Amino acid sequence: MNRNVKDTIFEGLTGISVLLIIFIIVSILAITIVGGWPNLNWTFLSEFPKDGMTKGGIFPAIVGTAVMTIIMAIAAVPFGVITAIYLAEYASEKSVIAKIIRFAVKTLAVVPSIIFGLFGLGFFIGFIGKNMDGLLNGGELRWGQPNILWASLTMALLTLPVVIVSVEEAIRTIPREMREASLALGATKWQTIRKVVLPGSVSGILTGTILAVSRGAGEVAPILFTGAAYFLSNLPHSLSDQFMSLGYHIYIMSTQSSNVDATQPIQFATTLVLLLLTFSLNAVAVTLRYRIRKKAK
Amino acid sequence: MNNIKVKVKDLSLRYGTNLALKNITMDIPEKMVTAFIGPSGCGKSTFLRTLNRMNDLIDNVTIEGEVYIDNINIYDKNIDVVNLRKKVGMIFQKSNPFAKSVYENIAFGPRINGISQKSVLDEIVERSLKQAAIWDEVKDRLFNSALSLSGGQQQRICIARSLAVNPDIILMDEPASALDPISTAKIEELIHELKQDYTIIIVTHNMQQAARTSDLTALFYMGDLVEMNKTEIIFSNPAKKQTEDYISGRFG
Repeated sequence: MNRNVKDTIFEGLTGISVLLIIFIIVSILAITIVGGWPNLNWTFLSEFPKDGMTKGGIFPAIVGTAVMTIIMAIAAVPFGVITAIYLAEYASEKSVIAKIIRFAVKTLAVVPSIIFGLFGLGFFIGFIGKNMDGLLNGGELRWGQPNILWASLTMALLTLPVVIVSVEEAIRTIPREMREASLALGATKWQTIRKVVLPGSVSGILTGTILAVSRGAGEVAPILFTGAAYFLSNLPHSLSDQFMSLGYHIYIMSTQSSNVDATQPIQFATTLVLLLLTFSLNAVAVTLRYRIRKKAK
Repeated sequence: MNNIKVKVKDLSLRYGTNLALKNITMDIPEKMVTAFIGPSGCGKSTFLRTLNRMNDLIDNVTIEGEVYIDNINIYDKNIDVVNLRKKVGMIFQKSNPFAKSVYENIAFGPRINGISQKSVLDEIVERSLKQAAIWDEVKDRLFNSALSLSGGQQQRICIARSLAVNPDIILMDEPASALDPISTAKIEELIHELKQDYTIIIVTHNMQQAARTSDLTALFYMGDLVEMNKTEIIFSNPAKKQTEDYISGRFG
């Protein structure tokens, strides 16, 4: 075949691939907006589900998702930041421990989310929760069952790699000269990290947090066994309560509902809320990350 | 000649297996300016960074020999490097103020030493900026970012920042190499002022700068100390042919 023909064919292929991707994203958005927008109103956002979940709103799912991601961030961000500090500041390039941690982080990032769910069930509920009940409640069941705390912690494990990678990247953009300036003034390594490195990495820490929150807000599998509830007539009052979540709500509305057709408008509108939430969080993260990279240059 | 402040004995430094400094022995007098000159890669900056143990931060560096500051070997096991660096300040080639206000840059050192009383900090900031001859230029914008200043001003902020922790010795690693002639002249003038109170060691590429600012000059070549003497002797009547060749521009 003529080289020019091959060239044209390949160029055509790249064009088709790009169009396909654009088509997919536009379709998702279009279908969700067309189906969801008419049903999206204040009542929908502020009310509990009604009439066997065929009417009413998604307020408890919004609150549940928000609370879960907040607890998740409280757990994942400090842990992730400390790990990133170790990797960027303390571990030498050749250290075996650092290599093991990096490998673990990469592996953690590709573990299927359902596995995290099973791990959370076995570890947090079956092991920690059961033992807490044994020690604190004389064996009476309180922590040894699914709740918002275990779900949030399971989700924190899932999002930890995102935090670690973002924060480490930001820490590495702090020029060596800044660290040297601080050390040359007689600052200890920890003082240098606390007063020079971390303040300079704030936007990276924020990016990591937001990416983690947007990832966690949308995931369903990790909370499936660890705390998400089908329907609750109350908001969670304590860490040992179950909660409703947007992603899980979409799942049950489309598979478990007694009348799937009747709930279709609710499904679309819930999907739209979840999409808007994750898209806007991602947009903020991308903007922040762009600023960090520009600053690094 | 003044008292000896820094005494270096048989100092060798390796990056991995590469010998970067070979048995350096020298005496550096107190409250004078000593300049290190030599072609790129001759080891002069590396040597400077052994004097506040800044090379400790680099993996793979091994150092043999002794460096005495006020008769104490700074490579002794019991030495607290943090305290050493308070005593031996450093100015870098590229000015590196923190992304903080002018005031916070100067107050950084005192603060990490536990000074938090505002009146004391104010006083240190003002005194340090005056000593670094930049007070008049920045006194009205102490709370603006130090990064908004010109390159020459930033370098004097860095000098003031280092003065704020009361060092005895100030190491300067090509402090004016990135600056225009006017800013360079200001830095050189400042070095002249500062040597009344501080021992200054300066690495420079610029031989005129060494001739103008220093009392003693040491020439490094390929990790060796070729010759060290009073600056006027080095530049008029050096003992070694290699020195004469270098200062007359025949190599390097």
